[in-house]
Amino acid sequence: MRSPVVRWSVLSVSLALAVTSCAKGTGGGAAPAQSPGQFNPSATFQGTISVMGFGATDEVGTTRVEKAKASLGGADVKLIEGDLDIQQFLSSVAAGDPPDIIYANRDQIGTFASRGAIVPLTACIQGEQIDTSMYNKNAIAQVTFGNEIWGIPEFNQVQITMANADLLKQAGLTIADVNGSSWDKVTAAAKKLYSAPGGKLKVIGYDSKLPEFLPLWAKANGADLLSADGKTAQLNNPAVVKALEFAVGIYDAQGGFAKVKAVRDSADFFGKGNQFAKSELGAMPMEQWYVNVLNDVSPKAPLVFDTFRTPQGQPLAYSSGSAWAIPKGSKNAAAACRFAKTMTLVDSWKAAAQARLDKRNQEKKPFTGILTGNVKADEEVRKMLTSGGEPWDSGVKAFYEANDHTFSLPANPADAEFKKAWQDAVNRVLNGQEDPQAALDKAQQDAQAALDKAWAGWTKRTN
Amino acid sequence: MRWIETRAALLFISPWLIGFMIFTAWPVINSAYLSLTDYDVINDPNFIGFDNYVTLFEDPKVGLALRNTFIFMIMSVPTQLVVSLGLALLLNSATRATGFFRTAFFLPKMTPPVAVGILLLMLFNGQNGLINSFLGVFGIEGPAWTTDPDWVKPGLVLMSLWTVGSSVVIILAALRGVPQELYDSALVDGAGWWRRTLRITVPMISPTLFFLFIVDSINALQSFTEAYTAFFGSGNTTYSNDAALFYAIYLFQQAFEFLHMGYASALAWLLFIVIMAITAVQILVTRRFVHYEGGQP
Repeated sequence: MRSPVVRWSVLSVSLALAVTSCAKGTGGGAAPAQSPGQFNPSATFQGTISVMGFGATDEVGTTRVEKAKASLGGADVKLIEGDLDIQQFLSSVAAGDPPDIIYANRDQIGTFASRGAIVPLTACIQGEQIDTSMYNKNAIAQVTFGNEIWGIPEFNQVQITMANADLLKQAGLTIADVNGSSWDKVTAAAKKLYSAPGGKLKVIGYDSKLPEFLPLWAKANGADLLSADGKTAQLNNPAVVKALEFAVGIYDAQGGFAKVKAVRDSADFFGKGNQFAKSELGAMPMEQWYVNVLNDVSPKAPLVFDTFRTPQGQPLAYSSGSAWAIPKGSKNAAAACRFAKTMTLVDSWKAAAQARLDKRNQEKKPFTGILTGNVKADEEVRKMLTSGGEPWDSGVKAFYEANDHTFSLPANPADAEFKKAWQDAVNRVLNGQEDPQAALDKAQQDAQAALDKAWAGWTKRTN
Repeated sequence: MRWIETRAALLFISPWLIGFMIFTAWPVINSAYLSLTDYDVINDPNFIGFDNYVTLFEDPKVGLALRNTFIFMIMSVPTQLVVSLGLALLLNSATRATGFFRTAFFLPKMTPPVAVGILLLMLFNGQNGLINSFLGVFGIEGPAWTTDPDWVKPGLVLMSLWTVGSSVVIILAALRGVPQELYDSALVDGAGWWRRTLRITVPMISPTLFFLFIVDSINALQSFTEAYTAFFGSGNTTYSNDAALFYAIYLFQQAFEFLHMGYASALAWLLFIVIMAITAVQILVTRRFVHYEGGQP
């Protein structure tokens, strides 16, 4: 009676082991070296290249994909749409069946590179004769790891100051009071602009956009969160602590972060009833794409724009964006390299901008530009802008100016842990659990431990 | 003859057995091995012995996550049971439209947990939420449910009541099985509603309550989606709250955000052991309060 049961069980377990052992990872070890000879600008390609993490959901994407596809000389392009699913991507690399090219956030590149999930693009750049000087230098810095470039950057996000002109006027203020050029003025403006009848916050005076904008406030105060080589956390630098104290203090001056967040959470951020349109927000620093959102949904909103400025009055913005990278084990690395190159060429961006311009003309709306991550393309696209009148022209001018004054954090192998460490610290301060110094001291320890471990792994893998 | 039947039975259940081996048993066994390695999905697992388990006991976030999870379990399980029982008793005494009410109470259970997480942020918004607006009617200034660490877990517990519908239906089925003659006898003896409930209803449905107690406790220890959506998963902000850092959330972060698969596997095994231990204690402690009609099983 018992032996058949045992036999069946053994059979099932054996089968299970046999089947699952087929899925064992192929990772480990360094990526095979590539030579520039593999990449030839006049080569043509056949078959299909798979692209993971890119949606081509608008005319800027589709126009460039068409050009990139044409540049392959016959090969088809299969888009695996949606944001890059890291787990799916890494599993595919481990299983030896990765996509040919991925579209990732630039700050993910260091982590992917350090783990051997993507290959360096030195040979690709040389072989396809890609002029890397055309890319924004901060964008290139974000994809440079261990002295090699691992991604082809595209797009750039920057922050500018956005404010409600009517509220400023009523309070006797101007945009200069809230653009960051004087922290005392920002605090004073927040106090003047906010409104909380009966203790219930109705109007946020100034939203310093914590936790996400701590790097911006710290840099404005002269500090980077991470050393230039990406190895040393600088989270409890006195300038960072002071920046956090200031940015949190703005919330405290308006009744505390809890009230500000509650009002923020209940706002129709992307709709007609956004905080600026409903005069529920005085001012905030925000990424440039929100100018386009506001122009679309509330063209009559009383807005005023300027760059975000340091206490010395200089424009400043934290640069972020996307990048193309070739996974380890890509079966069409040469075609993938061509694809990445063509997607980011000046001519491709010009064609995409023209498509966007045509669409905006049809809609009788202004073309407010695209920050491409390609300096030369930015110059060309800027020539194509159409006026939307004020305040939109000022908004566009501000974000192009901000684009010329960016900084970024260097690529590092523990980006997720590093970010988590400082964001958790800011959140503990915002939630009233710790003061800025204690929170950032702890974050410094956590972040440095993660960086040390990750860099040690990288050193072990490459030596 | 018996062997033929056994073989046939095994043949019929073999698809499930094979599926179980491949998709459950093997991953479980593999995770035990991975918990002894440093593994990041891409590179081969590097055997490091019990280092991950040593790290577990040195990691302050493990303690924080366990504490948060226990507190949530202690607050939510009794609350859910009491509310479920109360609603089931109400439904049981209804004479009309019971089907409608049963469906109405069960419907919220159909809401996806992610939606429940987002709903929490809206209902419990400290300035404009429905809960605080309601409290305001009575002159009570509601707390900052979504940011104040002292109020985050109570908010999650209240929100968990949204999905008690399935427990209500299970208890209602048990209530329908209580023999009417017991109530009739008690009525003859002059027992009121409260005494009948305490002395007849609760003992008679105690196996069901015990089952829900165990299942709800395990669910509470594995809480993830609602808290993650509300406090860790919002796409356009990096705000989070340590008070909602449940164990399963921390495990998820280690595995899928930081790619520390080996460490996450060790975390998973610790959770398994904790759940087993708590369940064993619950069974031992509560067994004498459970009344089985045919005696102890």
